[in-house]
Amino acid sequence: MGKPGDKLKKVRLTTPVSAEAIAKLEIGSVVTLDGCIYTGREGVYKRILDDGTTPPVDLAALSNVNFHCSPAAAVRDDGSYRVGAVTATASFRFAKWLPRWFEVSGARVIIGKGGMSAEDYKNIFVPAGAVYLTTVGYGTGALLGRGIKHVKAAHWLDDLGIAQAMWVFEVENFGPFLVESDLQGNSLFEQANAQIATGLKALYAGTRPAILSRYGETDERSDELI
Amino acid sequence: MIAIDIIQRAAEDLMAKAAIEIPDDYLAGVEDMANTERGDLSAFVLRAMLENYVAAKEDRRAMCADTGVPRWYVKIGNDARMEGGPVALESTLRRATAKATHDVPLRPNRVHPLWRTDHNNNVGINAPEIEYSFEPDANWIDVTAVHKGGLFGTDYRMLFPGDGVEGIKRFFLDTLVAFGKRGLACQPAIVGIGLGGSKDTCMTLGKQAACLRVVGNRNPDPKIAALEEELKELGNSIGMGAMGFVGSSMVVDCHIEAGYTHTGGMPMSVHCFCLSSRRAVARIHADGRVETRTDPQWFTPYMRRETVEWESPETSLKKSG
Ligand code: SF4
Repeated sequence: MGKPGDKLKKVRLTTPVSAEAIAKLEIGSVVTLDGCIYTGREGVYKRILDDGTTPPVDLAALSNVNFHCSPAAAVRDDGSYRVGAVTATASFRFAKWLPRWFEVSGARVIIGKGGMSAEDYKNIFVPAGAVYLTTVGYGTGALLGRGIKHVKAAHWLDDLGIAQAMWVFEVENFGPFLVESDLQGNSLFEQANAQIATGLKALYAGTRPAILSRYGETDERSDELI
Repeated sequence: MIAIDIIQRAAEDLMAKAAIEIPDDYLAGVEDMANTERGDLSAFVLRAMLENYVAAKEDRRAMCADTGVPRWYVKIGNDARMEGGPVALESTLRRATAKATHDVPLRPNRVHPLWRTDHNNNVGINAPEIEYSFEPDANWIDVTAVHKGGLFGTDYRMLFPGDGVEGIKRFFLDTLVAFGKRGLACQPAIVGIGLGGSKDTCMTLGKQAACLRVVGNRNPDPKIAALEEELKELGNSIGMGAMGFVGSSMVVDCHIEAGYTHTGGMPMSVHCFCLSSRRAVARIHADGRVETRTDPQWFTPYMRRETVEWESPETSLKKSG
């Protein structure tokens, strides 16, 4: 008998990730990537979608993988880039930009931390033919850093800073990621939440609500706060 | 007199060490959990993290790209003297923060809350935090670098004496269940709890309990120590593991620190020190020797003193003997 976790399905994808490959992804599979990806988060979204600035490159031709990330990087004195660790940032904050982002950028794979709500998958991702991959543990910055073979560009570095700039990376065996949403709009996290929720009542037995309650409070522990 | 350039070099070294090398006590805790975790996804996540710690050390790169908020804890021996005094010390720690941000590299995380100004060096108004404590009968300085991760996993609540231990357990569970979902707290974590004090003290103590006590360490009050064990078990019985997947790996250890509080209240704070529990310590001796370690030894008997005057345990023992 193998160790827990050994039997997870493993998939290696090349960018741009084809519609067929995306359609085949099952939640809970482990993914690694080869090819090209770019980072984009609130700074980039605001600039392109809210301010109407033209993207610095033809995104659709570049890649269809958008990573919600800011690398631990520095600019060397000669102007080249040094990337150390790479870690995703929590994606749920970016939901409001995504419907238009999918249109404008042609992105079909979003990589980030923590996923989005099932509602967002149903309303935004599925119609766009897009899926969500989550980084693992979230702290696997060194492993992901290893997968970056080359920094192709760092757009808007001066205006947006290291964290918010659009980094374009050439990657190899980049991962691991877990498939969090599929084209049916299923969510791995919500599946886990639902399973865990069944035990919460028993867990709370013997505790009691605080004497002073708070506004806006939910007492339904199966609720999420995002 | 401790030369300031010795402190500077030690501090730069600590910034890198903390960012790259996972402390042994926390590593052993996660290894134990990886061996006992039954949830497939949670176990997979823990094993990936263990690989990540190895990769970080091999490549000398930060274990997590999110630097969190780098901060300093300084314990000054009562007889320690440093060149340039406390102002020079603070400049040195700010300089080391900026230099290490570029050299390691660390992600420049610190921005102005409103204008989002980023100096690209993790230094700014009130950043990095520098907290102080003192130690009698010592001529060294202990400098601890902590890169505390997390927008998530921390909460504060004013409880009251009537809420009792049941109320403490409930708020503990609330924080873990809320921030454990989807692994926002990047668990399994060292969970620090502040009990009592003023609101700010309550937050400070809880954060220090999470960041400055090692896995396996227990509060000297036996009843509080028992509560630490109980809460650890409780957290691991939620049914949730790493990344919020089904499992049992939530709390690597639980540490509680208490402070005398308003007679009517029982404030409580909960803090999660994440999968990148980053801390590194250097003791800088009066003769310039520098010894590094990962246990901050922050909560000394002097720190937890209860009486007006300080008497070292040895002195009081001698008196009573
Ligand atoms: S909480 Fe810790 S492990 Fe998670 S992203 Fe932040 S620093 Fe990294």
